[in-house]
Amino acid sequence: MSLDETVISGDPGRGLLKSYRPYPGVSDELLDPAGRVRPVWRPFIDHLSTQTPEEIGERFARGNQYLNDAGVYFRHYGQDGTHEREWPLSHIPVIISEDDWQAITDGLVQRAGLLEQLVADLYGPNDLVRDGYLPASLIARSPEWQRPLVGVTPKSGHFLHFLAFEIGRGPDGTWWVLSDRAQAPSGAGFALENRVATGRVFNEYFARANVHRLAGFFRRFRDHLVELRGETDSRVSILTPGPMNDTYFEHAYIARYLGFMLLEGEDLTVENGQLMVRTVAGLKPVSVLWRRLDAAWADPLELEESSRIGTPGLVQAVREGSVTMVNALGSGILETRALLAFLPRISKRLLGEPLRLPNVATWWCGDPTPRDYVKKHAERMMFSPALSTSLPFSSAQTDFIGRDFERFHKGILETWIDSKASDLVGQEAVTLSTTPAYHDGGLVPRPMSLRVFLARTENGWEVMAGGFARIGRTEDASALAMQEGGSTADVWIVGDRKPPRDSLLHQNELPYFKSQAGTLPARAADNLFWLGRYVERAEGAVRLLRAYHARLQETADPEAPLVTMTAAYLEEIGVAPDAPVPESLCDILQSAVTSASKVRDRFSVDGWLALNDLAQAANSARLTQRHNGDVPRAMGLLLRKITGFSGLVHENMYRFIGWRFLSLGRALERAHGMADLLSVFTSPEAPEGALELLLEVGDSAMSMRRRYAVSVSQATVLDLLAMDTKNPRAVLYQLTEMKDHIALLPGATESGHLSNLARSILQIHTSLAIATPDTLTPDMLAELRDQIAGLSVELTDAYIR
Amino acid sequence: MLYDITLEITHDYASPANSGRHALRLMPATIPQEQSLLAGRISLLPEPSERQERKDFFGNAVTDIAYRKSHSELCFKLTARVERTATPEAFDISPSLKSLARELAGIRSLRPEEPVHFLAASPRLPLDPAFAVYGREHVTADTSAVSAVETIGKALHQDMRFDAEATTVDTPALEAFERRHGVCQDFSHIMIACLRSIGIPAGYVSGFLRTTPPEGRPRLEGADAMHAWVRAWCGIEIGWIEYDPTNAVRVGQDHIVVARGRDYGDAAPVKGVLRTAGGQKTDHKVDVVPR
Repeated sequence: MSLDETVISGDPGRGLLKSYRPYPGVSDELLDPAGRVRPVWRPFIDHLSTQTPEEIGERFARGNQYLNDAGVYFRHYGQDGTHEREWPLSHIPVIISEDDWQAITDGLVQRAGLLEQLVADLYGPNDLVRDGYLPASLIARSPEWQRPLVGVTPKSGHFLHFLAFEIGRGPDGTWWVLSDRAQAPSGAGFALENRVATGRVFNEYFARANVHRLAGFFRRFRDHLVELRGETDSRVSILTPGPMNDTYFEHAYIARYLGFMLLEGEDLTVENGQLMVRTVAGLKPVSVLWRRLDAAWADPLELEESSRIGTPGLVQAVREGSVTMVNALGSGILETRALLAFLPRISKRLLGEPLRLPNVATWWCGDPTPRDYVKKHAERMMFSPALSTSLPFSSAQTDFIGRDFERFHKGILETWIDSKASDLVGQEAVTLSTTPAYHDGGLVPRPMSLRVFLARTENGWEVMAGGFARIGRTEDASALAMQEGGSTADVWIVGDRKPPRDSLLHQNELPYFKSQAGTLPARAADNLFWLGRYVERAEGAVRLLRAYHARLQETADPEAPLVTMTAAYLEEIGVAPDAPVPESLCDILQSAVTSASKVRDRFSVDGWLALNDLAQAANSARLTQRHNGDVPRAMGLLLRKITGFSGLVHENMYRFIGWRFLSLGRALERAHGMADLLSVFTSPEAPEGALELLLEVGDSAMSMRRRYAVSVSQATVLDLLAMDTKNPRAVLYQLTEMKDHIALLPGATESGHLSNLARSILQIHTSLAIATPDTLTPDMLAELRDQIAGLSVELTDAYIR
Repeated sequence: MLYDITLEITHDYASPANSGRHALRLMPATIPQEQSLLAGRISLLPEPSERQERKDFFGNAVTDIAYRKSHSELCFKLTARVERTATPEAFDISPSLKSLARELAGIRSLRPEEPVHFLAASPRLPLDPAFAVYGREHVTADTSAVSAVETIGKALHQDMRFDAEATTVDTPALEAFERRHGVCQDFSHIMIACLRSIGIPAGYVSGFLRTTPPEGRPRLEGADAMHAWVRAWCGIEIGWIEYDPTNAVRVGQDHIVVARGRDYGDAAPVKGVLRTAGGQKTDHKVDVVPR
């Protein structure tokens, strides 16, 4: 029976599977070798085939919408710089039976145990080197063997707590380990997002399908991390290289999901051997650090000295046993490609049994015998650097198949192998299995590899029942083809019976875990404070630019006194009206985006999207506005977007301490801006119309008419814009806001005494509150402005430094 | 030979440093049969908030210090009395480079003194093919290891110009090599790279030179600051020998060892990370007086 006949005659989803043709010599997840749909896929295919292509399209759009709304993106580094691109979800999940999964689980749990023993030996007695199981020179050459950590036993007794394995299924149906990820494995958070999105695509079906859930895995790992703190009152934190990292989204996502602080190297310091986080309430101990930062960058004093994202003294804190690193610094050595050549023998030596799940056959060319073997079979070997720690298909520059080499440099391959020798490994060129992807109204086979996650929990190593699948873009099933990029898919482990329901927030959590109050990292406070300032600064600039252009249009005279005065003032504050939409305005908004990008774990997705939308709107206005005449309208649009953003943030943000810093930034900037503006525009030399301009910029023309029967005068303007306690545009109003926020910051009153900052704001507030409009001279206003600027310095010294 | 050594390093910061953490490798080492530290003391001004002594991977003595208070000047002062007894081997019984490779392949240990740590590129010292080309111009596979070390050391001394102004502590070795100039750090890095490129394990030594030469001998280059030279592994029989390419001499009683490592990064006298805005000015004073 031909493949075609089987598929078509035996399958209800005939439309779907019409063009589904597995490739010869490649195993397929969906169809068995006889061409029948595997039982574990059957219900899903049946369900899918009841849907029209339109329905399927709508479902997929629902998943994409979720990812979009959640702000999941993929940061891509290309030759043309960095850009974020849409998350490439392949909506069809990879479905794996419980039986298959059990074999994978057994194999990977064994492998995790083996890696733990191996890394303990590499940083301990070195028995494996002594007894000839590993070449000394291979380890000594590896940049991932961190000498400062040699002889350091981890506080928890374990080096490894979280691992990932990249696996693939070979032509004979067995699973192979392609790569061990032990440094700082990524992807678990993306797997969660893929799950949520795919769950939305197939919502009714997913609810009744017997798919194993993911949340329990994360909960038990979180409990393990919390447990690792011991009896201490200390924190569990996640260490990220920062927003420029390609997986930063995931770091922020997991931090939010598990309720841990997300920190960068500069948030941390070491005091007397104890790792501490700088918070707005002073230094607080951190005893468990889940690092997403490669070890080399973690401590410029003892590891890579050029690192600017590390924490000086971190290695010392590890040596003193004050912090548990997840995973231990130095674990990255386990990712070394050449180790795959030695693991089968090491397994027998350390565990007394062979690997249950084989890894890709690998030969290290530093030994003569394997080198000869590699030369003999060079055609079908994949070559790569022996010390490489990247995925086997991640770099076209360094990894290639022997026969491709021959084509270009006929005959010199052997000489090349000899010259590289210990720098080189040969690996069996792996063929991956294929899994269905949706294409043009039907399913097509695409190669895939799986990333599976293991965490240490109180029950030992636990495997996340699911994972992160990479789906190849083309039909080429060689592992190497995956480097071309492709998509990702959810992984469903499906059984005959309903698995127990499990979510992160369910069950009576043992010690109810709530992030401690007052532990806002100082850097986060700094960024929130400046976010508040920048957005308000942009708003002030926009209002003033709008007023300027309106005057310019009215008078049609660029030399009119009020017009030149306003232009000079704009220049003074750094937004010279040199273009319809000045670049400097876009710069201010870009600074706001940069500040926000550093606190994404503390910031709503909606707020983030609104801010980006605002910055983009300003940019495109800058590029499209050629005529001054259109500026007032463009500024009006920006103003509405700014207000939209502020509304989103201030209406929806939880009133935690971070919100206070954001609000303080806004209030300070507004008070400062208004005091400055008043000091200039209420000057006796100010031209006619200056007071009206003040009212317009201060959005108070209407209040003016309502409150004062008399015409506009200097005294009424000052009353309304400086002294009013009910006008949110007034200096005093904002000083009151600041006073209230400062009173609620940590340490505002120390044993009954006001802090310096609290005293300063009280003084400034009082002196303005008891002034009268006629005593507020431009000089006094300028002094007030400087005092407000001084508050920013005091605030920084007290909380952020 | 008995020496009294004093070293004073002062840092002047343009704007005060809020905090800082430093690792100091200043204390002369005790090495069986070569050198013994009879007395030594490192004093620090201002007094650091933390101070701790330890040994690093390569066995060097490290003083870890941390400052938490703002400071605009920092002074490290070493006083030490050292007895130096090392004398270079008179006979060359080292294997040829060919045999050296075989001896290396048999090593099954990662102990710090093993040559396996010193054969590959190290963090501050990538191995450019230019070094291999230079090395091979001077030796063959049949040259003995010791003679290869001396030949390359002499050749570099001849081809390179000592120039205290031409390079900084961060100038890449390749750049100094291409321009054929530099100070002891450059000479040493270049020689190490050449030796490694032809299969001789080689490492970096930082230390002191006696300030005034014995009568009738010229004053050695590098005596007015901390000095650096090279160690090379010449087979199981002989082990490590040390050579000073800046002065083209085998290391003997005029040199005092402080720290050893793969390159400058492992042996740097002062490593530090500061939280400060402006630049800084550094001043060294060294006195090594025979008693």
